[in-house]
Amino acid sequence: MSESLRAQTGPYFGEFGGRFVPESLIAALDELEATYKAAKSDPAFRAELAELHKNYTGRPSIITEAKRFAEHAGGARILLKREDLNHTGSHKINNVLGQALLAKRMGKKRIIAETGAGQHGVASATAAALFGLECVVYMGQVDTERQALNVARMKLLGAEVVPVTTGSKTLKDAINEALRDWVTNVDTTHYLLGTVAGPHPFPEMVRDFHSVIGNEAREQMLRDFGGLPTAVAACVGGGSNAIGIFHAFLDDENVRLFGFEAAGDGMDTDRHAATLNYGKPGVLHGARSYLLQDEDGQTVESHSISAGLDYPGVGPEHSWLKDLGRAEYFGISDAEAMDALRLMSRTEGIIPAIETAHALAGALKLGPQLGEGSSILINLSGRGDKDMETAAKYFGLLDAK
Amino acid sequence: MSRTANALATPGAKLIGYFPAGYPTLDASVEAAVAMCESGIDVLEFGVPYSDPVMDGLVIQHATEEALRNGFKLKNLFDAVREITSRVQTPVLVMTYWNPVLQFGVAEFARELAASGAAGMITPDLIPDEAAEWLRISDELGLDRVFLSTPTSSDQRAATTTNLSRGFVYAVSTMGITGAREDLDKLARGVVAKIRNADPEQKVAVGIGISTNEQVKEVNEYADGAIVGSVFVTSYQEGGIEALKSKVRELVAGLN
Ligand SMILES: Cc1ncc(COP(=O)(O)O)c(C=O)c1O
Repeated sequence: MSESLRAQTGPYFGEFGGRFVPESLIAALDELEATYKAAKSDPAFRAELAELHKNYTGRPSIITEAKRFAEHAGGARILLKREDLNHTGSHKINNVLGQALLAKRMGKKRIIAETGAGQHGVASATAAALFGLECVVYMGQVDTERQALNVARMKLLGAEVVPVTTGSKTLKDAINEALRDWVTNVDTTHYLLGTVAGPHPFPEMVRDFHSVIGNEAREQMLRDFGGLPTAVAACVGGGSNAIGIFHAFLDDENVRLFGFEAAGDGMDTDRHAATLNYGKPGVLHGARSYLLQDEDGQTVESHSISAGLDYPGVGPEHSWLKDLGRAEYFGISDAEAMDALRLMSRTEGIIPAIETAHALAGALKLGPQLGEGSSILINLSGRGDKDMETAAKYFGLLDAK
Repeated sequence: MSRTANALATPGAKLIGYFPAGYPTLDASVEAAVAMCESGIDVLEFGVPYSDPVMDGLVIQHATEEALRNGFKLKNLFDAVREITSRVQTPVLVMTYWNPVLQFGVAEFARELAASGAAGMITPDLIPDEAAEWLRISDELGLDRVFLSTPTSSDQRAATTTNLSRGFVYAVSTMGITGAREDLDKLARGVVAKIRNADPEQKVAVGIGISTNEQVKEVNEYADGAIVGSVFVTSYQEGGIEALKSKVRELVAGLN
């Protein structure tokens, strides 16, 4: 690996990426790409985004060392990059503010978004309120039920939430519905895609907006924690929080990168969302990438207790990193994630999102392998308030309603 | 020369009709397709059911979901096409999202298509920029390939699409997905004009939102054909094959 992996841009990451979308969207994607390119090198845009990070989101996010949790991780140091402390409670706001500024630049008054866990929907509704934009959020009906708190938040923020009842009624179908809306209203509407999937320029652009996570963390590690970590870990749904923290470390050959996918009922069952482990390359939602599909190329439904990881696709840059062997991807079952969620809550007083808990469970397995003296930097991508109903049911904390 | 283009080049207004393969069953879809051809459509657009059809409205989504639930498999597609082309002369274009073709293998899919007697393929989520393998194999096998051009396509993209399409160019009438619309956009005339401008010899048909005899007539004043889909599925749902036939006859009435 002599070439810089960090320098890689779209439309292709190796054989992955591209633009497999209806012609109707090409003009909008071209406009977005041009607007983003211009903004990226415009000091005024960068200053505006930096100001929002600092005085709205509350960046830089801190790193917390989790010493009591680490006692269960085989002696590895555990360091948490606290994206849960961002305004709205997850990493999603980093990308949303960037894209909302671009929507303004393009003169688009309406934004649409898909959401699984509801965190991207809440962040989008928040930015729409802040910038005075109309906001429609598509959300699978299954997810509106298991993330009801976030539906209420979006509505309070003034967004319209449209429950999607087609297909598996989860994130995949919410993206389909958002794409249909965009094809129809592309003149007035920006599709504020919430992860590093989709057609070019989304995977590159969303990654860039989240790369602030790793850039900060790398500096914080060097400055405050005695050097680069042995490993960096994150959960992987579409892959935005993972690429956000990985990116700064891509060229640090000695830092291992681990992504944890949802294994649902378990890696030995067919009810999972372990796209990079069990998928095959194919085209979904505008990009070529690993994909859970049958022999006819029909998308196979994914399964996970976590709405944000319950997706049969993954961003193309992760597929590339997997094939290169630069990042490694493993599955974490519902049960392992929920145990880690409870352990983090009880050892550190931090209740993570169920998505995030997959990365925590991964670190518990990784620690003993990396051994004494190693350190694992984990993207604590979101907080768990939204998941209290699921967790209460899971742990039997509430009486049956 | 392209069989589809030939069919569109004969005198008179033209109707291109869509029906989903495997809906509600494979055999029933063959009967429906044959009935449409016998009732007067000029080109058949035979749709491949797909799990994530982002260009389709609810009518077609529900129909293709049902086809998948009823066990539609890609390998059956070619048998169905073979059966249709053995019974009618109408050119058959397979309309499919790209991932099923990719998984089957682009070249293999194309060879099966050719062997089954299909004229070619319409690809709603494949732009020419990503189509290198399909361009090559369709040239080799002489298959028609229909790309889409839309109101937002630049002149340059419209020209590329026009030059790389064979059979006809699918002019998207309005911004949106399939489903009946009351008013046909004047945007359609603009799309057709760009295509004519790029190549006056290329055939162009207008689709998305067309559902009435008047619309079919109006479109044929400036294009080489009108493409109709959702309303045929709806007719079939309401009254089976007889309703489907009379809908085709209604739409072609007075066309020539
Ligand atoms: C807190 C949190 N982490 C992770 C994810 C997964 O998305 P991604 O893989 O794009 O980071 C979500 C998605 O909803 C989320 O809310």
